[in-house]
Amino acid sequence: MTPDGAARVHASHELPATPPPAQTVEARAGKIPIATISLCGCWGCTLSILDLDERIIPLLDAVTITRSSLTDIKRISGRCAVGFVEGGVANEENIETLEHFREHCDVLISVGACSIWGGIPSLRNTVGLAACLREAYLDSPTRVPGSPPIIPRHEEIPRLTTTVRPCHEVVHMDYFISGCPPDGDAVFSVLSDLAAGRPVNLPTAITRFD
Amino acid sequence: MTIQLTIDGEVVTTTEGTPLVEVAAANGTYVPTLCHHPGSPCLGTCRVCAVRVNGAIAASCSLGARDGMVVEVNTPELRDLRRTIVEMLFVEGVHNCPSCEKSGRCQLQAVALDMRLEGARFPYRYPDREAEHDAARIWLERDRCIFCQRCVEFVRDRETGKKIFSISRRGERARIELDVELADAMPPEQVAEAVDLCPVGAILAKGVGYDVPIGQRRYEAWSLRNRVLGRRPS
Repeated sequence: MTPDGAARVHASHELPATPPPAQTVEARAGKIPIATISLCGCWGCTLSILDLDERIIPLLDAVTITRSSLTDIKRISGRCAVGFVEGGVANEENIETLEHFREHCDVLISVGACSIWGGIPSLRNTVGLAACLREAYLDSPTRVPGSPPIIPRHEEIPRLTTTVRPCHEVVHMDYFISGCPPDGDAVFSVLSDLAAGRPVNLPTAITRFD
Repeated sequence: MTIQLTIDGEVVTTTEGTPLVEVAAANGTYVPTLCHHPGSPCLGTCRVCAVRVNGAIAASCSLGARDGMVVEVNTPELRDLRRTIVEMLFVEGVHNCPSCEKSGRCQLQAVALDMRLEGARFPYRYPDREAEHDAARIWLERDRCIFCQRCVEFVRDRETGKKIFSISRRGERARIELDVELADAMPPEQVAEAVDLCPVGAILAKGVGYDVPIGQRRYEAWSLRNRVLGRRPS
C-alpha cells in the first residue's frame, strides 16, 4: 500500500509465474549466468550483443542470459557470473538497479560511453537539472498551449540525480568496454574471455571511443 | 657529437642534444606525446611523455640526449604515471568522442586508446566552457582544450607573425581564445593546418565534417604508435 492508501502497482517479478519446464532448467544447469541492463543509455550497447551474429549460438552453449532486456526478465534470480551494464546513472532507480547488479554479479562490465563517463545524457550536467526540467516541461516549445505548467512528480517516477554519473563512481566495476556503441567484436572478445575463464584482454585494434 | 645512452637497458647511439622522445622513437621505443610537434620548438606543457632519466622524472620532449644518460620508459610505475596524466585530461574537459568531429584523428584519443584507458580514477568534472563561433571559417570547442599551446605558438598570422590563438585567465578558469580578425585572414590551408595541429577537437573548421568513414580515419588506418615508430601499416 502507498502512504495515501492506494493499492501499490506490483513489479512483474513479484507476480506469480509458471516455473520453466524441467528440460529447460536442466539445459541451463552448468551454464554461466549472465545479466544485462541498460541504465541511462539508448540500448545501443545491448544491441551490440546481437551484433555477435552467428557467434551468439556457440556462446549460448556456454552462457545463459537471465535478467536482460533481451529476455524481458526483470530481476536477477540467484547468483550471476557476469553483469553487462550499459548507460550511466541518472536517477534513483538506476542507483538501485546498479547496486542490485553489484550485489548479485561476480563480475560487472561497464559497457559504452554512457556507462564509462556519462555519455550523451551527461551533457545535462553542464546545464543543471532545474534548467533541464524547466526547458523540457515548462518552457518547451512543444508544450500544449494552455496546459498547466507541471513538472511530473510521482513516487512511481524515479527521481533524477542532480548530475549524470559513470557507473564506477557508484559501485566498483571490474571491466570496461568503450565505444558508442562498442563493436560486436569487442563484446565478443570480453564475453568469450570471461566464459572460457581466460584473463580479459581486449585488443586495442577493436576498441573505439565513439 | 655522437653519444651513447641507455633506454630501458638497451644501449643506443645518437647525436647529443636530440630530444629524448625522438631518440626513443628512432630506436623502437614509443613514448606518448600530445604537445610535442617534431621539428618545432619544445613546449613541454602536457607532460604525457614523462620518463625517468638518471633516477628523476622528466618530460622526454624537453630533455636533450647526453652521453651516459640512463633512461627508463616502460616500467609499470612510469606507464601508470603517464596514464594518470591522460586520465586527468579526460576528467577536466568534456571529451565526448561520440559527438566529436575529430574522433578517429584525435591525438588524445589515440594516446588514450594505446594506453587502453578505461574509466578514469578521478571524478569527472563536466566543465561548462562556452564555444567560440565568431570567426568565419574556424570555431573553438573550448571544453576539449588541453592547453598544450601548440596553436598559440605555431599558428601565426602570415603577414605580421602575430599570434592568432592565446590563453586567457589562469588555473581552472583558463580558456583558449581566438583573434577573430586574424582568424578571418587565415587562408583555407592554414585553417586546415591549425585543425590538424590541435591534438584534440578544440579547433575545428566550419563547413566540413565527418568526411572519412569509421574504420578508415587517420589513426584507425595507421595507429599513432606505428606512425611515431615509422612502421607502415601491414
